[in-house]
Amino acid sequence: MKRTSIPERLAGNRYVTDEDESHIHVDQDLARSTGTGKRIVAVCPAHVYTEEPDGTISVEYAACFECGACLAVAAPGALTWHYPRGGTGVQFREG
Amino acid sequence: MSEPTAATGPDVEPDFDVIVVGGGIAGCVTAYRLAQAGRSVVLIERGEAPGSKNLSGGVLYSRVLEQVFPDLLTSAPIERRITRNYVQFLNATSSVGIDYQDARLAEPVNAVTVLRARLDAWLAERCEEAGVFLMPGVRVDRVIREGGRVVGVRAGDDELRAHVVVAADGVNSFVAQEAGLREKPPTHHLAVGVKAVVRLDERTVAERFHLVGDEGAAYAIVGDCTLGVGGGGFLYTNRDSLSVGVVLRLDDLVKRGLRSTDVFDHFLGHRFIAPFLEGGEIAEYGSHLVAEGGLEMVGHIHTDGMVVVGDAAGLTLNTGLTVRGMDLAAASGIAAAKGIDEALTSGDTSEAGLAGYRRELFAGFAGKDMETYAKAPAFLERTRMYEEYGLLLGDVLHSVFDHDLTPRRHLSQVVRSELKRSPVRLRDLLSDGLAGVRAL
Repeated sequence: MKRTSIPERLAGNRYVTDEDESHIHVDQDLARSTGTGKRIVAVCPAHVYTEEPDGTISVEYAACFECGACLAVAAPGALTWHYPRGGTGVQFREG
Repeated sequence: MSEPTAATGPDVEPDFDVIVVGGGIAGCVTAYRLAQAGRSVVLIERGEAPGSKNLSGGVLYSRVLEQVFPDLLTSAPIERRITRNYVQFLNATSSVGIDYQDARLAEPVNAVTVLRARLDAWLAERCEEAGVFLMPGVRVDRVIREGGRVVGVRAGDDELRAHVVVAADGVNSFVAQEAGLREKPPTHHLAVGVKAVVRLDERTVAERFHLVGDEGAAYAIVGDCTLGVGGGGFLYTNRDSLSVGVVLRLDDLVKRGLRSTDVFDHFLGHRFIAPFLEGGEIAEYGSHLVAEGGLEMVGHIHTDGMVVVGDAAGLTLNTGLTVRGMDLAAASGIAAAKGIDEALTSGDTSEAGLAGYRRELFAGFAGKDMETYAKAPAFLERTRMYEEYGLLLGDVLHSVFDHDLTPRRHLSQVVRSELKRSPVRLRDLLSDGLAGVRAL
């Protein structure tokens, strides 16, 4: 099977993006000081998080699978993460 | 107006007898059974439709769900009946497995593969037929508490009230956490499952896995598939696709500094896995958390005005050979519906009034199995499982089969010399063996 990039894989999923509101917020200072930033970059299977050259964590919330792995490895306060609004976010067609 | 009490809740007439939050297997079974008993039930689902937020991470041991829906196997969107179980130690260049195929697993049917977007939609449809009021596309933001008990839920500006709220909102269960029933679990009790559904044609699936008709295979894989991270790989046959992926314990993934996607790509590209996927296309890619804490994670599952079911209650089991969750979800739904129905009849929906749920759950196979395998999570945290034992097995078999013109030795001598070369010490082997026998 041809190896595909994460964005290519995500393109096959169905998403209903909430254009008004992100369901993820990173506290940049805490993310850096607690190591949360690097951990959430590593665990997220959708590559929602990217560490920018200046060390900040950027968030592509529209790609999220809503699994909660990031929240589980985050230090208290470093990451605010809840489910997106009803009817939005990833909509699995296979499951 | 008199003060609300823990037993009866507030005097305000509730909108429904029961609010179920989450349209997965546990939520649908609870809602369906209560509607059958004549209760008014609303089922709230945050996805566009039930199933749209869910992923199956394994096979469904289906007998318990058949108790609720006797026509499950003929009417529900079932992918394949699992008659072949393959347990595999996978190393970088060798693989040792047990291939267990049995016609008795087909008649009566024991386990099936399902795709949750389809199965859950079917379950919710059955709920609606039974009179459940389905509210899809609605996220519950918080529970409403009055007089020290749960009396309803809030979603945006809307409030809904009921005698009992059922938290069936999955492994993250914000609803149960908010009600104070669950703590954030430690990372060694959580794993992230990363999965692709790979489309192949039906005939190719059957040929590659030696299957006839709608028979199916399930592979449970341990070792190099996770680059040694605690957890494993899985491969399940659907009708015309494969569900393939890895389950990675979060504490170990973080400790080893690996990226979940690198481990996943390594597994799919492995020389002994890639041939199964050849010519396929990824139809869907997703992830889901898995509770790995066993009985220790179950904890409190009922309080005044609320019960917790399924993944939200920590009801998943990894016994090393079988990985279960969906059957336990169904069992908890049956037990919860019975406990709630009795509480509603008696007019006492306090913690004491709802205790029938817990009694019922632990009187049946689901609760008993959680108790039987209570030591399994700690056993599965022993790290040698994920690297050394597979290599040791591969090396012993290599010495047996590799006829390099040296004189043959008895098997016992081969084992002893390979054990000597391996980092595994005899006392590790004995200790792990004993722990395994006790835990599994």
